[in-house]
Amino acid sequence: MKVRIKYTKTGPMRFISHLDVMRYFQKALRRAEFDVRYTQGFSPHQILSFAAPMPLGLTSEGEYFDGEFNSVTTTFDMVETFNQTASPYLKITDIVILPDNAGNAMSVVTASDYIITLNEEGNRHITADKLEAGVHFLTEQQEIMVMRKTKKKEVLTDIRPMILKAEYSDNRIYLFLTAGSVNHLKPELFLEVLCENMDIPYNRWDYNIHRLETYMDDGAGNRVPLIEAGRRF
Amino acid sequence: METLALSDEILMSVEKPARYIGNEYNMVVKDPEQVEIRYAFCFPDVYEIGMSHLGMQILYDMLNQREDTYCERVYSPWPDLDRILRDKKIPLFTLETQSPVRDFDILGITIQYEMCYTNILQVLDLSQIPIFAKDRTKEHPIVIGGGPCAYNPEPIADFFDLFYIGEGEVSYPPLLELYKTYKKSSMSKQEFLLKAAEIEGIYVPSLYEVTYNADGTIETIQPKYENVPAKVKKVIVTDFNAAPYPMKPLVPMLRATQDRVVLEIMRGCIRGCRFCQAGMVYRPTRQKDCETMKKYAETMLRNTGYEDISLSSLSSSDYEYLEELIKFLIEQMEENHVNISLPSLRIDAFSLDVMRKVQDVRKVSLTFAPEAGTQRLRDVINKGLTEEMIVNGAREAFQGGWNKVKLYFMLGLPTETDEDAEGIALLSERISEEYFATVPKEERVGSVQITASAAYFVPKPFTPFQWAPMLDREAYVNRAYHVKDTFNRMLNKKRLKFTYHDQDISILEGVFARGDRKLCGVIYDAYMDGAIFDAWTEFFDMSRYERAFEKNNMDYKFYTERERSVDEILPWDHIDAGISKDFLIREWENAQKGIVSQNCRSFCQGCGAASFGGGVCFESKN
Repeated sequence: MKVRIKYTKTGPMRFISHLDVMRYFQKALRRAEFDVRYTQGFSPHQILSFAAPMPLGLTSEGEYFDGEFNSVTTTFDMVETFNQTASPYLKITDIVILPDNAGNAMSVVTASDYIITLNEEGNRHITADKLEAGVHFLTEQQEIMVMRKTKKKEVLTDIRPMILKAEYSDNRIYLFLTAGSVNHLKPELFLEVLCENMDIPYNRWDYNIHRLETYMDDGAGNRVPLIEAGRRF
Repeated sequence: METLALSDEILMSVEKPARYIGNEYNMVVKDPEQVEIRYAFCFPDVYEIGMSHLGMQILYDMLNQREDTYCERVYSPWPDLDRILRDKKIPLFTLETQSPVRDFDILGITIQYEMCYTNILQVLDLSQIPIFAKDRTKEHPIVIGGGPCAYNPEPIADFFDLFYIGEGEVSYPPLLELYKTYKKSSMSKQEFLLKAAEIEGIYVPSLYEVTYNADGTIETIQPKYENVPAKVKKVIVTDFNAAPYPMKPLVPMLRATQDRVVLEIMRGCIRGCRFCQAGMVYRPTRQKDCETMKKYAETMLRNTGYEDISLSSLSSSDYEYLEELIKFLIEQMEENHVNISLPSLRIDAFSLDVMRKVQDVRKVSLTFAPEAGTQRLRDVINKGLTEEMIVNGAREAFQGGWNKVKLYFMLGLPTETDEDAEGIALLSERISEEYFATVPKEERVGSVQITASAAYFVPKPFTPFQWAPMLDREAYVNRAYHVKDTFNRMLNKKRLKFTYHDQDISILEGVFARGDRKLCGVIYDAYMDGAIFDAWTEFFDMSRYERAFEKNNMDYKFYTERERSVDEILPWDHIDAGISKDFLIREWENAQKGIVSQNCRSFCQGCGAASFGGGVCFESKN
């Protein structure tokens, strides 16, 4: 059966690459003695497929991967069991059984939301007022033309439609941005554009960026968390 | 540890930030305030290498079993971070608590190869600890060296407070108890060192006086004080089955060089190859029983989640329960998807059968280590492997579907001639001919590929070759070219490949391996000139050492090209590795006559290791 697992990547694990996160889960699933399906052959490996890699330095409580399991117990039991032999910074928070026709975690993503805060370094040269003004300024624009680098060339793109929501409150920026294989907007690019418009020097490491959730379309035009594709058990 | 020593900006500006953040699975977490001894354990090379080292995992576990001790780890920062730490004056830190090494009680450094010596200085320097032991006070960590290079610690003697000679499982308890007394009392550092010197296996270099003859050789090595032993004898575990072993080894996040469960089935080697230091200093050979190994395998696989397991020993084929253990592991593999890797196996019908079960023969190459190109020279080095055994092994392998073969050789061995060097190419050619003779045309998949690689022979202390001269630089290069030329004349040259090592690194390794205390200044000057990561060809620069030798008015050839007489006092003569000099002299003479010596199980050679009262010497009386 196909399952979808939601996990968190926090604290020091923000410096672990996507490849190493995958290797971590392969071992952690074995420690938890989950009944994962393996491929055949001389070097059998677990059948797992991860959603889009997250850049180094970001933390998240809304990451996903899909797997094929031979058997399961209950959502509650499996989350508990897994976390007993997991790193406190790479834990699972949910697991659901997917219908057979569900698209894989990588392909269904359409949006993500984030919380951005200034860290100690950032607080030294950026004021909250400027940041707040910047968010307001950008949300008021009809279009935001930006040169974006693709693999081959630079193209002028309007990123305004990719900003689904941007708010400033309680010293935090909340961002809801389109994501996935088409129209992926990185929160770093939003910050860069904001700084440019407010005449603040941009340094990525002035900010903590934390992903809250990863979304897909539910087929009725709503963006819902990836976990909702399946059912708890 | 949630808080890191380095800022996000620094971590994101270096290659592989995961090297510096700790928090690996099975990392030991303790409150440093609640322990009496904070022990920083260092492997002076990059994280991925250090994390692959079994000895460190064993001692990390053993030290952390003690409630009064918190053992943390530190590795050499890669040159990119090295630069930043210097520029920003950030003190080097441990991975566990991310706190400065200089605040620890003890800094233990495992010294696995000579070419990491400048990295030891790097670690001390970046920790902001004085590099020379004489400049350190009770305020600084006690710096301990251990590992194979501690059998001749003289070239780095000035940088260490003490060396641990032998296996860490034995003398740490009395040493740590002594340290606690020292820390709590008004005992001076000198008093501590004098007391430490009375513990078995502990060598305190500053308590010995070395005098030299006019020609630069050693005149005397003597203790300066009464209770300091004239000879420090290594300590070893005799009840090897009961030796501590980590059931919960650290699981790195980053892929380490050796990233799997490792079962140490045997320590020491019965073979007695005359060039091999490990085969001499780890005597007597001791093995663990099969039931213990099975239990360890199951527990460690469960506690780590690893899918791979490997056996560790100097010569796995000599492990008496190998068949039973492998049968068990193969069953595990089928049930639980575990991959098995089997290094250092002699190629024969049994091992080929096993390998066929655990590997994809099309992808994996078979490895032989003939070490020398002719039978004459293989007899000189006491490598009990004949050309027939190699060719038969290769034939069986070809029949079994393998078509990639790797061959390991050494160049510059004692008594080696051009003919021996040519033998490397001739043996490789003969193996390729065996392929064409064995595998019919229609059954050939891809093409046979024979890769021969040659390392330069480096004489090591406590081996029968410890008196042997090394070749000069030019002779090394010429010999490698000669082999290469011979390869080019072979009929099957397109199927053969020959590679060889950098001669400068080997020469320097030779200097340090048999060096004396006069080299401390050279190593210091080379380090101050920028030498770090000398084991890495991309960072190694011989000119730094050339300048350092010149500055110290020394000629490195004194250490490499000179043939030592067996009467000469060697820099490590006050260290007792448990093998007698008489035995080494006997073996050195046998080598020159080309006489082969039997292995420990067939006939005891009387090396002296029986004095430890365990291992192969007592398995059965032969």
